[in-house]
Amino acid sequence: MRLQPRRSPSKPEFQVNLRKYIVLAGVTLFAAAGDSLLSHGMKQVGSISLNHLQNVIFAILNPWVAAGIILLLAFFASYMTALSWADLTYVLPATSLGYVLLALVAKFALHEQVSPMRWAGIALIAGGVGFVAGGPSLTSHAHRERPEHLVEVDPAEISSKVEV
Amino acid sequence: MKHLYPNLHTWSAILSIVFASVVGDVLLSRAMKQVGDVGALRRRQGLWTVIVRVLGNRNFVLGVAAMTVAFFSLLFALSWGDVSLVAPAAASLTFIGNAFAAKIFLHERVDQRRWIAAVLVAGGVALLTG
Repeated sequence: MRLQPRRSPSKPEFQVNLRKYIVLAGVTLFAAAGDSLLSHGMKQVGSISLNHLQNVIFAILNPWVAAGIILLLAFFASYMTALSWADLTYVLPATSLGYVLLALVAKFALHEQVSPMRWAGIALIAGGVGFVAGGPSLTSHAHRERPEHLVEVDPAEISSKVEV
Repeated sequence: MKHLYPNLHTWSAILSIVFASVVGDVLLSRAMKQVGDVGALRRRQGLWTVIVRVLGNRNFVLGVAAMTVAFFSLLFALSWGDVSLVAPAAASLTFIGNAFAAKIFLHERVDQRRWIAAVLVAGGVALLTG
């Protein structure tokens, strides 16, 4: 095994396969669920006084806040995974798809009233996500400042490319 | 429409969320591009190597620090203002900020398609406040 700088993908439009869509779905689901648990918990904790900022520590002890934090950690793991192979401006719309999800849950599971303005907002978000999803997932060239970009390459693969 | 005019505390916290998350997102994105595709790396060298490389990356550590600031700002903002204002306002402003930051600092090709998407999503998120 020899080391050679990582090659950039031959075409920027390389396929986002099923596994990657699952990771992106994880980003969406965990962000939406984590945020809702967190805000539910913070409502129970109530207003934190400017004179007692340290009370924010006690907020973490609230079970809803704690559960929200655990889900947000899961979000973070899937987010980092997605960022390892896709652009920031590609991954980010996936997180906002969570708002659409929350509204649909509110409407069909909790039977809450969803106003026309909210439906318009949902349509805009869905449209924006569709716009990005149709394009390439990675456009930035890899940064090569660090040696960890050296990856193992099959020697046979190299010798086949060397023209004498 | 009372919640459209929240107090200064809430907006300061929202701006703090936006600034910290944009800085954090840029640093984390750069860190993960340096680490490379974690799925491929895990298959090749195991999960432990992935964890060591990610946690040992300076940009990752700085990014997490920025995200921690954003997280506590969010907690303060949520305790001072309505969640229906705080979450969408912070998210939509972060969106626009990130599109600029990704173009400038990450050299992502933010083409017309992505600008339109950023504006649509930010607008949609803002509409959800209504």
